[in-house]
Amino acid sequence: MEQFLFALYALLACGGALAVVLSQNVVRMAFYLVIALGSTAGLFFLLDADFIGATQLLIYVGGTIVLLIFGVMLTSSSPYSSLKSTPAEILQGGIVGLAFLAVVFSTVMSVDWARTQESLRQGEQVSSLGYNPPEEGNTSRPIGMALLGLRFDQDLQSAEASVSPALPENEPATPAESSTQEAEQSPATLGTGYLLPFEIVSVHLLVVLIGASYLARAKRPQPAPG
Amino acid sequence: MISPILAHALFNGSNSPAPVLLADTISGVLLERSPWLTESGAMLIAALIHTALIGAFFGLPAFAFIWAERKVAGRIQDRLGPTRVGGRFGWLQSLADGIKLIQKEDLAPDAADKLLFRVSPYIVVVAAFAAFMFIPFSDGWTAVVMDVGLFVALAVLSLEVLGIVLAGYSSGSKWSLFGGMREAAQMVSYEVPLGITAVIPVVIAGTMNLNDIVMMQAGGKWNWFIFHDPFAFLAFFVFFTVTLASNKRAPFDLAEAESELVGGFHTEYSGMRWSFFFLAEYAAMFFVSMLGTILFLGGWWTGIPAVDNAMIAVNSDSFVYGYLTRVLGMGMILLKAGLLVFVQIWIRWTLPRLRIDQVMTTCLKYLVPISCFLFLGVVTWPLILASTTGRTAIFTPLGDRVPVPSYQERPDAPAAQHETQSSILPVRIPVAVQSPLRGEN
Repeated sequence: MEQFLFALYALLACGGALAVVLSQNVVRMAFYLVIALGSTAGLFFLLDADFIGATQLLIYVGGTIVLLIFGVMLTSSSPYSSLKSTPAEILQGGIVGLAFLAVVFSTVMSVDWARTQESLRQGEQVSSLGYNPPEEGNTSRPIGMALLGLRFDQDLQSAEASVSPALPENEPATPAESSTQEAEQSPATLGTGYLLPFEIVSVHLLVVLIGASYLARAKRPQPAPG
Repeated sequence: MISPILAHALFNGSNSPAPVLLADTISGVLLERSPWLTESGAMLIAALIHTALIGAFFGLPAFAFIWAERKVAGRIQDRLGPTRVGGRFGWLQSLADGIKLIQKEDLAPDAADKLLFRVSPYIVVVAAFAAFMFIPFSDGWTAVVMDVGLFVALAVLSLEVLGIVLAGYSSGSKWSLFGGMREAAQMVSYEVPLGITAVIPVVIAGTMNLNDIVMMQAGGKWNWFIFHDPFAFLAFFVFFTVTLASNKRAPFDLAEAESELVGGFHTEYSGMRWSFFFLAEYAAMFFVSMLGTILFLGGWWTGIPAVDNAMIAVNSDSFVYGYLTRVLGMGMILLKAGLLVFVQIWIRWTLPRLRIDQVMTTCLKYLVPISCFLFLGVVTWPLILASTTGRTAIFTPLGDRVPVPSYQERPDAPAAQHETQSSILPVRIPVAVQSPLRGEN
C-alpha cells in the first residue's frame, strides 16, 4: 500500500514537473507546479516527515504559487500570456538543469543507505510527548529548537557523553551502535542548527515575486512610442 | 453497530500502548476481528470510514449554516427568512437550493482557460475538506493525529486561496480577474496575523498537537487559553477578525463584492461548480470556528470544573462512560463552533463592506503590529508574573491541569507521569515546580 502510494506520488511529481517544462502558458505552468510540489509534500508525509511536508505545502503551494499567479495577474498585458523560449534560453535552461541533476545524482549516490538505515533503526524510543514516536513524525520540538540554532539532539548527547561516558541504564551496545556513539562522543562542538536555511527561506518569497513579474513582462510587446 | 472490542480500542485506546492514531486503531481492530483482510485492505476500509465521517462533518454543518445564514439575515433585516420548505422554519431550504443548483447548466465561457476553469472549484473544495482531517472532534477523535497538527491544518487550508485565485484568473472576465487579484492580495497579507495569533496558544501550550492543546484547557473555564493572560484574551479577537478575512466573509468579502464586481471570482460559474465554492466557504467558516474553539475556548471541555473533572475521572473507568463523555465533548465543541459561526453571520449582516485599501490598511497597519505585540506579551507574561508574584500562571499552572490521557497510562510507571507532563511547559520556572498549586482554582 505504502509502496503503491509512494510510486503514485512520485509519478505525479515527475509528471507535473515535466508538464511545467513543456507547457507554454504561465498560469497553467503554475498549476502543474502545484501538482508537482503537492505530490512532493505527499512523499514527505509518506516518509513520516510531517513538518517538512506541511512546510512544503505552506511555503511553496500556499505562498509561492499564489504569489507567482498574483505577479502574473498584475503585470501581464494579454489575458493568457504564453512563453515561447528562444533556442538560447532552452540551451541555458538545459545546462543549468543538467548541472543540478548532476549534483543531485552525485549526492544520492554518495549516501551510504545501509548505514543510514542502521542508524535510524537504533534510534527507536517511544517519546512520551505527543502521540507519535520521532520516527513517525514527532519532530516538531527538535526542529523548532534547531531553527533557533540549538541542536539538542547533537549537542546534549555529546555533552552527556563527555560528562558521563557510561550511563548505567545503557544496554550493551551492538557494534554498529558503539561505532556511532563513538562518533557522537568525539568533539563536543555546538552546531548552528538550521539558522542559515531559515534565513534563505525568508528571502525565497521575494525572489519568487520578482521572478514572476519578470516572467510575465518578458513577452510584453514593446510599447509604441508616444 | 459497534462491537465492544472496537469501541474499546476506538474510544479508550488503552488496549495498545502504541500511539492513538485512529486510522491505525480502526485498521488494527479490523485486522484483529477479520484475519482474512490484508493489511492494505484494512487500511483502505479504515480510510473509507474516516472519509465518510469527515464528509459528514464537512457537508452537514454547511447544510445547516446555509439555512442559518438565510434565517439570521432575514431576522436581522426584519424579514422572516425561509418559511415554506420543510415546515414552518424552512429547515429544508438548503436542500431545495442544492436541487436547484444541480439542475442548472454547467457553463464555461468561451474566453475561459477551460482546464483551469473546471479544476479550480475542486481545489477549493478539496482544501476545505482536507483541513478537517486534522481537527479533533473530541478527545482522540481525529482522522490524522499529527504532532504538527495546527501547522498542517493551516497549510492545507491555505490551498483554498489557490483555487479561488485560479478561478478568478481562468474565467476570462474582468470581474473575475479583479476578484481573484483582491483575494490573492488579501490572503497573502492576512496570513501573517493569522499565523502569529495562531502561534500564541502554541506558545502557551508548548505543543502544536491540537489534541494536547485542548487537554491543557481542562478543569474550568478559567483554564481556557483565552483567559490565560490579557494578551491571549485580545489575541482571540484578533484571530477571529483575521479568520473573517481569510474566509472572505463580510466586512472583508472584497473578492466577491456583489455591488461592484457582480460576483467577483465566481461571476462566470454556475450550477454545481458555483455551489462548490459556496459549500467550501461554509465549511471553511466552520473549520476556523472549530480551530478558534480548540485554540482559545477550551475545545470539548464544558468549562464547569465539576463536569470537567467528572469527565476526566470517568473517562478511563469503562469504555461506555468514555464513549459517552466523548460524545458530550463533541456536542460541546460543535456548540461552541456553531456559536462562533453565528457571530460570523451576525457580523456579515451588520457591518458594511470595507474598501480594498481599507482592508489592506486594517491588516498591514493595525492587525500585524497588534498581533506582533500580543505575541511578545504572551512570551514575556510568565516571566513578568514569575518575577512579581512568584508563579507562572494566574490560575492553575499548566503542568498540573493536564489530565492523564488513557493512552499515556502505564501501570508500571506512575511516578514518571508528573515529570512527563511538566516537561510539556514551554517555560518552567523552578518556583512553580516546588509549590504545586493544584486545587487553588
